[in-house]
Amino acid sequence: MSRIVVDPITRIEGHLRVEAEVDGGKITDAWSSCTMWRGIEKILNGRDPRDAWYFTQRICGVCTTVHAMASVRAVENALGIEPPLNAQIIRNLIQASQFVHDHVVHFYHLHALDWVDVVSALDADPSATAELAQSISTYPRSSPTYFAQVRDRLANFVAAGRLGPFTNGYWGHPAYRLPPEGNLLAVSHYLDALEFQRKYVEIHAILGGKNPHLQTYLVGGMAVPIDPNSQNAINAGTIGRLRGLLREGLDFVTQAYIPDLLLVASFYTDWAAIGGGLGNYMSFGDFPHGNKNPSTDPDNLFLPRGIVLGKDLGTVHPMDPGKIAEYVSHSWYTYEAGDDVALPPLEGETTPNYTGPEPPFEFLDTDAKYSWLKSPRYDDTPMEVGPLARMLVAYAAGHERVVELVDAVLSKLGVGAEALFSTLGRTAARGIETQVLAEYSLDLLDTLAANIAGGDLRIHNGELWDPKDWPAEASGFGMHEAPRGSLSHWVRIANGEIAGYQAVVPSTWNAGPRDANGRRGAYEAALLDTPMADPAQPLEILRTVHSFDPCMACAAHVLDKDGNPVVEVQVL
Amino acid sequence: MLETDTRRDSIVESLLARGVTRRRFLEFCAATTAILALPVTYEARIAEALETAEKPTLVWLEFQDCAGNSESFLRARDPGVADIVLDILSVDYHETIMAAAGHQAEAAREEAIARGGHIVVVEGSVPTAHGGVYCTIGGKTAQQILAETVQGAAAVINTGTCSAYGGIPAAAPNPTGAVGVPELVSGVPVVNLPGCPMNVDNLTATIVHYLTFGALPATDGVGRPLFAYGERIHDHCERRAHFDAGQFALEWGDEGHRKGWCLYKMGCKGPSTFHNCPSQRWNGGTSWPIGAGHGCVGCSEPFFWDTMTPIYGRLPAPPGFGVTTSLEKIGAGIVGLTALGFGAHGVAKAVQRKRGGDAVQTPVEIDRSALRTGSDEEGGER
Repeated sequence: MSRIVVDPITRIEGHLRVEAEVDGGKITDAWSSCTMWRGIEKILNGRDPRDAWYFTQRICGVCTTVHAMASVRAVENALGIEPPLNAQIIRNLIQASQFVHDHVVHFYHLHALDWVDVVSALDADPSATAELAQSISTYPRSSPTYFAQVRDRLANFVAAGRLGPFTNGYWGHPAYRLPPEGNLLAVSHYLDALEFQRKYVEIHAILGGKNPHLQTYLVGGMAVPIDPNSQNAINAGTIGRLRGLLREGLDFVTQAYIPDLLLVASFYTDWAAIGGGLGNYMSFGDFPHGNKNPSTDPDNLFLPRGIVLGKDLGTVHPMDPGKIAEYVSHSWYTYEAGDDVALPPLEGETTPNYTGPEPPFEFLDTDAKYSWLKSPRYDDTPMEVGPLARMLVAYAAGHERVVELVDAVLSKLGVGAEALFSTLGRTAARGIETQVLAEYSLDLLDTLAANIAGGDLRIHNGELWDPKDWPAEASGFGMHEAPRGSLSHWVRIANGEIAGYQAVVPSTWNAGPRDANGRRGAYEAALLDTPMADPAQPLEILRTVHSFDPCMACAAHVLDKDGNPVVEVQVL
Repeated sequence: MLETDTRRDSIVESLLARGVTRRRFLEFCAATTAILALPVTYEARIAEALETAEKPTLVWLEFQDCAGNSESFLRARDPGVADIVLDILSVDYHETIMAAAGHQAEAAREEAIARGGHIVVVEGSVPTAHGGVYCTIGGKTAQQILAETVQGAAAVINTGTCSAYGGIPAAAPNPTGAVGVPELVSGVPVVNLPGCPMNVDNLTATIVHYLTFGALPATDGVGRPLFAYGERIHDHCERRAHFDAGQFALEWGDEGHRKGWCLYKMGCKGPSTFHNCPSQRWNGGTSWPIGAGHGCVGCSEPFFWDTMTPIYGRLPAPPGFGVTTSLEKIGAGIVGLTALGFGAHGVAKAVQRKRGGDAVQTPVEIDRSALRTGSDEEGGER
């Protein structure tokens, strides 16, 4: 038995540490710890609720947009504001393109190097690589010359003696299985995807002024004006440019991402039986049709709301926001009523209480508190959230396009539906979702254009913009599906100011520590039984953890109800 | 582990070997000369410097961050991020993109420090309260890692308002005692590229400036390069003519808003913010916040989270056409650390608040009711 530590887990957002026990070439236990906290809750208290989206957006710059979206929905829900249809469609468009951008970057730049050996690509034959590429896709950059160029660039880079971001990678690790040609193909698209994501995100600059951290959200709508007869508003030219960018996105997903995903997966089908974890999946659902707030109108969504329990795809259980609660038994916080209770978000407390070892340290005391994350539970049950959860709920609910694509991928890989509950299933579901949303984004643009053509130029509902018109007290919540999973913001407003703000975040659901009953979170459960070829080079841990696409800055924001004074922190 | 020889090549050799044409390289030099506001004659000097410079090692540290500046870095164009990462710099440590993890990742950082002469980029603030337990990596605190990594460094570049000034974690009441890097580092040249996040064009230009002239660019009183932060947004705003003509958007989506009139009355902080957004714009010059219809929030100003909020509160100004003169004075007053607020009481509180140290025991409250006065009642109607 040996205990290994991977800290930092890289190629993620934020600061994540995994400790694991390895025995007989397998992981026998695992602990997931977030090692950063900022305390944005204290910072929000007393501020203007109309500013909250701008503050909460800074919870994360990778999932930029998602906390802004959840925040405006929470404040709108509290105050009873409905945005105009145009604003809702623009929000959906921003969200759908965020999914496409974020998932592409995850696959190529954060996750691919877990499966792709960059150095092996040097041994590839460019002609054979071109044949391989042309056999799986119509992606235009597929000539022997193109692959020879990439290989030569790479060779020159390696020969210069500086590997830059590829320094100390696990090159040559026995768990890498792609042939050199597969590796060269993937590395080529790694570079192409860097260019693609830079250009594609111009959608966000058009609709949001800039990316990261778009700046056109408003409580009550959006600040990007619409006027077919103005050069300073969304007009026919803007819509044409958006259409071009969205089409390029769909092309890249269809011609590069999906074929590459299937190619890589076909060499790693054993990972369809590894990393399954909890088996419980939750989705809040999202992409509202019409202009109702999806938080309280769950029946009118493009991606459905629901829960799949115990890997049973035969039943979609309803999801009730009132059943969410959080433990701090193994988190560096204290509850007034004791650390073994679970509190619902609107009654939540955030009193930091660091009891970990004094830095610098080697190991955490995982029998005690060991993370800056809380442990959220639904109906006292741990849940996995994210693309796999969304696709499983949609599949079980009979979402036509999702069913079609999931079945096609399973058939292509020659595996059954049980393969979905795995590390590979998580990675495949993310690709399927990207395809679904890249297609849907073009429908959204058509809907926007049709609405404008009908004469509707409204982008903001200003009836309750002035805080003088608000009730003395109000509270509400905003639900949202972020690329990494189910996100909810909860706000209390008193006398025009924020009196309490809470967020329960996707990576908190997935990366949180054990609860009062010792039940593991999703990462911890998924790592059990993972084979380890060489514990000194923990590539397999990265595969499963990366399949969740961790975002730790999000997870550890932890927002507070009423800004209680922080108690004395103990440094041992 | 892969064996490599130790031959180093120049940036331009590396670019040419990767198939970047000489013409494209010269175009990049021209574009950078423009960002840096240098005379055209400097294009040749930049090209020459890049042709002879060795690839510098870059170590990118993330502390109390949101990775927004890393994402901005990924949006680089001309040269694109692939060119920067593979050819212009040797990015030996960057948690968000590097292949290695855990011990192997930390070893890469240690090797870079041992070689020395590296450029350190920092993203995110550094928590100092309670022994720094609010941010650890590999079991070490952010403060420990920062102190280790700047040893022997050639320069420190702070990307974003958090690493420059403390940013959102340091906003009142600063629960973790977060501070900016300049408060902790001495003996190494430091430059601040604030913004939320920073615009990657300014990072590229700063690096090229360093490679070309062997020194960091000249800065203002709060450490920002004059080439990017020397002018007020208001002075170069495409909507300035509407301000001068008294044409203002008064409601979101009204005629003035649709026609691109001035957003001053919707809370725009452009008159008191120093940044090259209007000329440089974002995401390949596609747009920028004011261009998309929302006012400037002042994100490149130190402590803007406390001094520029509420976001939709209007900057103080006298009525009528005297507005221009008054705003010039206001703008000039904040070149230094002074921040502009929405009432004398709020500003005084904001500037007085204690940063760093044990914020938990000395929470400083900002009187937000005071911040709100002086908003809508002031400023002239058109």
